Amino acid sequence: MTTTAPNQTHTLSVLVENRPGVLARVSALFSRRGFNIESLAVGPTEHAEISRITLVVNVAEHPLEQVTKQLNKLVNVLKIVELEPASCVRRELILVKVRADAAERQHVLATLDPFGARVVDVAPDSLVIEATGETAKLEALLRVLEPFGIKELVQSGLLAVGRGSRSITDRSLRAVERAA
Amino acid sequence: MTEQGSSHRATTLTGAQALIRALEELGVDTVFGIPGGAILPVYDPLFDSKKLHHILVRHEQGAGHAATGYAQATGKVGVCMATSGPGATNLVTPIADAYMDSVPLVAITGQVASMSIGTDAFQEADICGITMPITKHNFLVTRAEDIPRAVAEAFHIAATGRPGPVLVDIAKDAMQASAPFHWPVELNLPGYRPVSKPHGKQIREAARLITQAKRPVLYVGGGVLKARATEELLAFPDSHRLHLGMPGMHGSVAAVTALQKSDLIIALGARFDDRVTGKLSSFAPDAKIVHADIDPAEISKNRTADVPIVGDCREVLTELATAVRGEQAAGRTADYTVWWAALEDWRTRYPLGYETVPGELAPQYVIERLGKIAGPDAIYTTGVGQHQMWAAQFISYEKPYTFLNSGGAGTMGYGVPAAMGAKAGRPEATVWAIDGDGCFQMTNQELATCALNNIPIKIAVINNGALGMVRQWQTLFYNQRYSNTDLQSRRIPDFVKLAEAYGCVGLRCESPDQVDAVIEKAMAINDAPVVIDFVVHEDAMVWPMVPAGLSNDEILAARDQRPDFDDESE
Repeated sequence: MTTTAPNQTHTLSVLVENRPGVLARVSALFSRRGFNIESLAVGPTEHAEISRITLVVNVAEHPLEQVTKQLNKLVNVLKIVELEPASCVRRELILVKVRADAAERQHVLATLDPFGARVVDVAPDSLVIEATGETAKLEALLRVLEPFGIKELVQSGLLAVGRGSRSITDRSLRAVERAA
Repeated sequence: MTEQGSSHRATTLTGAQALIRALEELGVDTVFGIPGGAILPVYDPLFDSKKLHHILVRHEQGAGHAATGYAQATGKVGVCMATSGPGATNLVTPIADAYMDSVPLVAITGQVASMSIGTDAFQEADICGITMPITKHNFLVTRAEDIPRAVAEAFHIAATGRPGPVLVDIAKDAMQASAPFHWPVELNLPGYRPVSKPHGKQIREAARLITQAKRPVLYVGGGVLKARATEELLAFPDSHRLHLGMPGMHGSVAAVTALQKSDLIIALGARFDDRVTGKLSSFAPDAKIVHADIDPAEISKNRTADVPIVGDCREVLTELATAVRGEQAAGRTADYTVWWAALEDWRTRYPLGYETVPGELAPQYVIERLGKIAGPDAIYTTGVGQHQMWAAQFISYEKPYTFLNSGGAGTMGYGVPAAMGAKAGRPEATVWAIDGDGCFQMTNQELATCALNNIPIKIAVINNGALGMVRQWQTLFYNQRYSNTDLQSRRIPDFVKLAEAYGCVGLRCESPDQVDAVIEKAMAINDAPVVIDFVVHEDAMVWPMVPAGLSNDEILAARDQRPDFDDESE
């Protein structure tokens, strides 16, 4: 279906069985159905049997529905939840290696506080800085560090969790336990 | 672990023995395949099995299509088997084919020993990776104890929900190792929950639309066959008054136009694919859509549904019929008289037809006569191309599961091995493969399999000496520049001699007056496969036609002939 609706960023939490090859199935599905993944993060959950994939995709509403349905058809996918920005906490982690000799070091350090960033490695001519936050904040930090000279940047995928006491993993876990 | 039914105290079996036992327990009676290094351990216990009949094919592609034909003719899961590497990759085409047509298929492949996986070992291929986008699911099994469950889960996934192919890739050391065998096994598929029961609210809404519609059309897809719902659909044979014929690119004028002008399309187990809709944005512009399918991802994928119904077509039809009767009982009935008059008019004015050229054999005539003589109890398979469309148009199918072809993938070469599989599954039925000379040359090595295994299929080669459908497009859209479509297969090979070389009966027919006699002669031969080389007119074309990419409103009933619907409002 062709659509003129504007693309929008959506954050999907995908609960999957913790088995070999599941990540490949999920990412391959995106590429073959023609969807771009902006960010992907995967890791274990509080339940050993379940892994959680956080995906950020930039699509319009109709293709989002289609990709969600296609994901649901994967046998190893247990549950898909779209996390609305207003009702979830979203974080990325970056590690930045910045050029900083003795003369520059104090200037670099002075920029970190407002971002809650910290130094995790010091060398005579460089610093490694760790920062977490929402994408916009990290982009702002990078703009501030840019003039000093960024030698290396590593960035994690986005992680997101819903606010409040409800858990999206509980029911899926029951399904896994029933089947086991 | 449950212990019931045919289970015994756990015996220890090798993985290979466990695989054979599991297939037996699942009721498998026929396996199509070819052995090789990595699957060799399986072929040893297979040699002793009293329940599994293994048919040794000549190419793995033949095994895959045969398993598909078997599944489509019998409704059971088709099973094929191959070794690792090239054996497995030769199954890729039939697996992709089965995926597009939602055929329940289980492919079992040998894999190199688990320690060698990833080392580019001899005959190693990552067949799970390769088939990921063309299987409903696949398994890589590296431990003997996991084999029974993987096989049971594969069959369950293949046969339930929207059916499809499932591949089980088993490392050679898992076949050789031993483990306790338990049966039945409990399935562990927490993420697999197909919905079969339709939502009552949607059914009521659909019934309401049906009784309000003025120009309703049922658009019936393979999901109705898969759900075994043909009884619920009144079986709708081709001869039924309410049956308009095939829609789409080469559909009847009445069927294509009915959909275009409809105000309500009730799509049952169909997926609005491009060959049916033509240019999507102008397909059935005034129609509301009721779309019932067991696969939620099909609903609103191509055309947005006004009433989405996720469910098994049989349950949908049963509940929908009840709901419509309820509406009628409450006095809300629809009057379709005007609509039917219009449909009758289009059907009468634009029936299917073809031109004959004096002295030439019309391919449509051959197929028409074949359908009449072989009758509605025969099973017909086809390859892909002009002959496939003519077989769809000019044979009257009166019973379900009698027309098997490669609809979604459009796999040339499907016809002969699919016929072999259908005949293996339904040996009492007459099975005809209607094939083109191009298709036939892709998979005719299975004639040897048929001849040696007492699978007496009949093959009508519609030999126009060319890749006919491609040639037709060259005629219409490429200024008659026949680039690489001339196969010269009226000279080479000699299909009669080829048939004889393969232990089959070879016959040839070159003129209309021989057609009935040669078909009747083939019908009388039941102890060997028969190949008839029908040398037909090379310029015959498939009509009607909606040129690719155009709106279905642009249908041509015949060359340069646009139907006149005398109701063009603008």
